[in-house]
Amino acid sequence: MDTLLLSRIQFGANISFHILFPTITIALGWVLLWFKLRYNATGDFKWMEAYRFWVKVFALSFALGVVSGITMSFQFGTNWPGFMETVGNVAGPLLAYEVLTAFFLEAGFLGIMLFGFSRVPGWLHTFATFLVAFGTTLSAFWILVLNSWMHTPAGFELRDGVVHATDWLEIIFNPSMPYRLLHMLLASGLTVAFLIAGISALRLLFGDRSRSVAATLRFGAVMGAVLIPVQILVGDMHGINTLEHQPAKVAAMEGHWEQYPEGEGVPLVLFALPNAETRDNDYEVKIPHLGSLVLTHSWDGTIPALDEFVAEDGTVTHPPVAPVFYSFRIMVATGMAMLLLSWTAVALMARRRGPEGARWSVEALPRWVLYAFVAMALSGWVAVLAGWYTTEIGRQPWLVHGVLTTAQAVAEVPAPMVLSTLIAYLAVYAVLTGAYVAVLIYLAWAATHGKPLPTRGGTADPVERAVETAARPAARPGATTPAE
Amino acid sequence: MAEILADPALWLPLTFAGLMGLSILIYVVLDGFDLGVGLLFPFADEAEKDRMVASIGPFWDANETWLVMAVGLLLVAFPVAHGAILTALYLPVAVMLVGLILRGVAFEFRVKAPLRYKRGWDFAFFLGSALTSLSQGFMLGMYIMGLDATSATLAFSAVTAVFLTVGYSFIGAAWLIGKTEGALQDKAVEWARGGIWGLLLGIGAISVASPLVSPRIFERWFSWPEILWLSPLPILSAALLLALWGALRRLPSADDRGAWVPFSCGTGLFVLAFFGMAYSFYPYVVPEQLTIFEAASAPESLMIILVGAIVVMPMIAAYTVLAYVVFRGKATDLRYD
Repeated sequence: MDTLLLSRIQFGANISFHILFPTITIALGWVLLWFKLRYNATGDFKWMEAYRFWVKVFALSFALGVVSGITMSFQFGTNWPGFMETVGNVAGPLLAYEVLTAFFLEAGFLGIMLFGFSRVPGWLHTFATFLVAFGTTLSAFWILVLNSWMHTPAGFELRDGVVHATDWLEIIFNPSMPYRLLHMLLASGLTVAFLIAGISALRLLFGDRSRSVAATLRFGAVMGAVLIPVQILVGDMHGINTLEHQPAKVAAMEGHWEQYPEGEGVPLVLFALPNAETRDNDYEVKIPHLGSLVLTHSWDGTIPALDEFVAEDGTVTHPPVAPVFYSFRIMVATGMAMLLLSWTAVALMARRRGPEGARWSVEALPRWVLYAFVAMALSGWVAVLAGWYTTEIGRQPWLVHGVLTTAQAVAEVPAPMVLSTLIAYLAVYAVLTGAYVAVLIYLAWAATHGKPLPTRGGTADPVERAVETAARPAARPGATTPAE
Repeated sequence: MAEILADPALWLPLTFAGLMGLSILIYVVLDGFDLGVGLLFPFADEAEKDRMVASIGPFWDANETWLVMAVGLLLVAFPVAHGAILTALYLPVAVMLVGLILRGVAFEFRVKAPLRYKRGWDFAFFLGSALTSLSQGFMLGMYIMGLDATSATLAFSAVTAVFLTVGYSFIGAAWLIGKTEGALQDKAVEWARGGIWGLLLGIGAISVASPLVSPRIFERWFSWPEILWLSPLPILSAALLLALWGALRRLPSADDRGAWVPFSCGTGLFVLAFFGMAYSFYPYVVPEQLTIFEAASAPESLMIILVGAIVVMPMIAAYTVLAYVVFRGKATDLRYD
């Protein structure tokens, strides 16, 4: 394999691993603020229990997000020097503003948010939670501005092959930015909704009957049910925006190789195996006219076909079709599963009553719904990765659309060197992803069984340690969680 | 001076080189003590390890952000240099990144994973700190040697790798003297006493090697009258080392007086060493190849960043101080409640 492909795989692996964690922290920060505000308003301790459990998940996710993010700021230089050399005058200030306004804000108040509850006044702790949530969102804003600019560059001119900024408002509010930002923020919200619902359902199945778990399960299910239709709407708008600015990407997403006869419109290809050799789809299952309806909001509107992006001399300027086509379908299918599950759960909770006749009781949920929530706990990750693969592979062969190709930006580092670091990164990422998921499950288990986790100061009590290292006690169904 | 101020293509690169240097210096001192604490892990028992982590827990993330700031400034202000330096240091950068990842996640995993894995994450914490320190020291050596990979420069870099690691351990121990009490503080004093020799040898080796490698640096230091107004640098360093020596002999003291003297002196030494290096390399950002003026981004882009930096920097300073005030005093167990 050559340096270009290895460098792409390496950056793809890094950024895929990285995005898992900001996706959680962006929305989880706001959710924690909500829990804290509910506690401040009602004085009900279940909200503080919810805060304490989820702030641990936040801390862990945040640490993973930080360290994997640092990796990328260095890889711009080690593997993609052409990127900053060409578009540094635009990318530089955007990245600098992310560090200056967002990173320091998050990092500065994270300590108070995590460990300051009994050290600072209540309002300052709430305020610190707000600032951390605000910081993560601000960070998402700047990075999505830059990413959107790479898809739909605006507000610049080329002088001697180097990009110079001419209008910062046009750069920041470039054509795809509002859609992409909203789409990603909602994706983060959905990821967190299903994570919270999934882990809470897991605790319920472990036998946790605490009120805090019931509250978070209900919260997650409702949050998912509310956000998913909004996300479908925003996703549709984002797609139409992409059709306007990057039609080749949409053609690849739809598997639309060649134009249909006049009046036939564009079908919606439900499933197919795109074949780059024959430039056609194998085993195609399609619904006539539906593609036109979704993309052009008209019965027989047309969109550019992939064949229109092949030059006379055979040069292909559209992205590879199969990965874009498949990942788009995985994203949509995951979204549909989210819609189905969250609406089913909400409908069940709204119609049935719990054992004591309480409305909106999670006791009204049958076991299979709980299992489904557990299975879907990380569905947000699947959808987010699939969505990003769609848009980023869909941008190829460009790195910055119409300005710089990916091949032009790569560093001439020997391929074996890239391969060796790639293997090291992959090994680390595989272990850490596994450890992260295992620890999520362990945290749920430990909270259910009232196990005091070691604090950072450690459980100094030697008896407790002995118990901990000895055989685990059998699960006690119906055990409640004492306040930590 | 006046003509520099009149031309943004001159004073903007200078300003950004200054900001980048400041970020590197703050990073080296602040994350230096975090990394040092990790390096000292194998010498501590389990309860001490928890207390050591507690002493840096609320700060490490913000400290590490200065590295992002430094490399970010290199990236945005001197993009050509960013590419040249980082491709030349490809492997040590990768090692450092793996180290930073291990160190950062071990903080969290060691207290959230089941207890039987804690030892493993403690080792990851040490290993991550060691990989990070060694690779940073190695990169420092390569940078001094002009990013030129020969067996002699690699050997020199291996030496600086060890010395920077010792330097970090020293400042880590000095931090622990201030943040802990009792038996752990006694141990920290011992560690700091051991580290002082490494500090002396390290600063000495770099001071001797840099002018020998580069005739230009030799010229800058050993010509008249430069040598006269540079003389406070070595004299102050010697004074700080003596003060350190004295403080470490007296510590631990009954009323904890002077517990922050080693950390202050250590920071002073890092600052002096840094200014010495900055003086040696100015105006080059890639040694002997590329000056800050040649490598700088377009003035209009730098201007945009500078405006932001001027507005935001005081705020960053304010909440950094707030965090250190909230978590002042001797380290106690960190709890979420």
